[in-house]
Amino acid sequence: MPSSKWTRRDFLETSLKTGAVVAAVPAALQGQDSQEDAVVAARPNIEGTLPITLRINGKDRQLRVDPRTTLLDCLRETVVLTGTKKGCDHGQCGACTVHVNGRRVNSCLSLALMHEGEEITTIEGLGVPDALHPMQAAFVACDGYQCGYCTSGQIMSAVALLNEPCGPDDAAVKELMSGNICRCGAYANIVAAIQQVRKNV
Amino acid sequence: MHTFEFIRPIDPAAAIATAGQAKTAQQGADVRFVAGGTTLLDLMKLNVETPTRLIDINRLPLDKVEATPDGGLKIGATVRNSDLAHDPTVQRDYSVLSQAILNGASAQLRNMATTAGNLLQRTRCMYFRDTAMPCNKREPGSGCPAIAGSNRMLAVLGTSEHCIATNPSDMCVAMAALEATIYVQGAKGSRAIPIGEFHLLPGTTPNRETVLEPGDLITHVTLPPPIAGSKQIYLKLRDRASYEFALASAAVVITVAGGNVTKARIALGGVGTKPWRSPEAEAVLVGKPADIAIFRRSAKAAMRHAQPQSENGFKIELATRCLTYALKMAMTA
Repeated sequence: MPSSKWTRRDFLETSLKTGAVVAAVPAALQGQDSQEDAVVAARPNIEGTLPITLRINGKDRQLRVDPRTTLLDCLRETVVLTGTKKGCDHGQCGACTVHVNGRRVNSCLSLALMHEGEEITTIEGLGVPDALHPMQAAFVACDGYQCGYCTSGQIMSAVALLNEPCGPDDAAVKELMSGNICRCGAYANIVAAIQQVRKNV
Repeated sequence: MHTFEFIRPIDPAAAIATAGQAKTAQQGADVRFVAGGTTLLDLMKLNVETPTRLIDINRLPLDKVEATPDGGLKIGATVRNSDLAHDPTVQRDYSVLSQAILNGASAQLRNMATTAGNLLQRTRCMYFRDTAMPCNKREPGSGCPAIAGSNRMLAVLGTSEHCIATNPSDMCVAMAALEATIYVQGAKGSRAIPIGEFHLLPGTTPNRETVLEPGDLITHVTLPPPIAGSKQIYLKLRDRASYEFALASAAVVITVAGGNVTKARIALGGVGTKPWRSPEAEAVLVGKPADIAIFRRSAKAAMRHAQPQSENGFKIELATRCLTYALKMAMTA
């Protein structure tokens, strides 16, 4: 395949899947409704890992994780949902923002094991390219990003903000979005995108 | 991060029994409770905290805000900071607490952080957070490089020659002004600790930050009945407008009658090694005219014993102006 057709995401996902599928037992693949489930099911039981069930984007996932695994690493490495980003890994940048039971949190400062049975929503659970969440569409329309690394965290924060007490003006939005850092400085357009959605809700 | 055993206790008694096996409840504790995780997991990633057992208290029934029979408020240990700040009773009767919490951290962190966790929030002193550096709080006897080093953010009140680390909490400053009481259940039963006696000055043992002993579980905090007609303000000054720790902050609960101050509860943040209640500032105010000259005198009294370091002398005047302005704001609150 010509290298020009490969995106970084294709490469990462294929590597992860290939690595896991090589080790897979065919029986483990039965009853799975997607390739990602097969990847997860095919992981060996590593000593010291514990079972956990998380409801991620509306689907129950039975997983095994090391106790040290943060919710962020669980989503990215165990479930291979790489839309949630790791920035600082210390709760300072907001790139890892996801929803737990509908509320936004920094997934880097939470252990996966603390969320047994809870409802996790990631950027992958908001919308798809052909049916974007209104906030995703507004970020596109308002050019609310440059490099894009902080964007999934910004959008998850912004969607949660819609259900929080927040004054009508830009200053109120800026205050409630201060936990999401954008190194490119796309803040003005991020605020515009959020205000566009708030006006239409 | 060092590995640990993850424990989910069935009730508070089980949590206390397990935690009671710890050698210490202070810096370096081998057993830790975890609720929000926003301080603890951060420090575990830095290897500043290395517990071998972690007790998840998130499912214990400690998450309610309730009225007390005497007209005060009972706040459960695992009530999230955002829920507390937006509680209608807190907003109406204890607004300084709501303001303080909403001036701290980010919306995401406030959704995670809890009442008890915020009481135990650790200093942001960069030497404490970096295991390559000496730090008397982290490793007793290793020295305090902050005293001759980078100390712009550090404390000017309550320091010792062993430690000048600032207590970073906003919530605790408001609770100090509201005269909160902390309820603890431990191996020897339960006890009530006034917030002023909960945090310890660094002295010669900066590794001991609170009066908590192994097995002690904070179950809730109570606030006394609100002071009728009080004006309440939390003013926080910092390097950026949001999502930053205080350089100086002031919590003010004040009542005025006939132009004179009748009651005053004052606490300062960002300048002390613990949440800093100021009886000196209060004494200047009570019985005096509520005017700017008295406010300034009160604020100067609060900072009279401040000890500047090489980079943080500005905090003395900044905190003085912060409290003066907070008192002025309270008059129109």
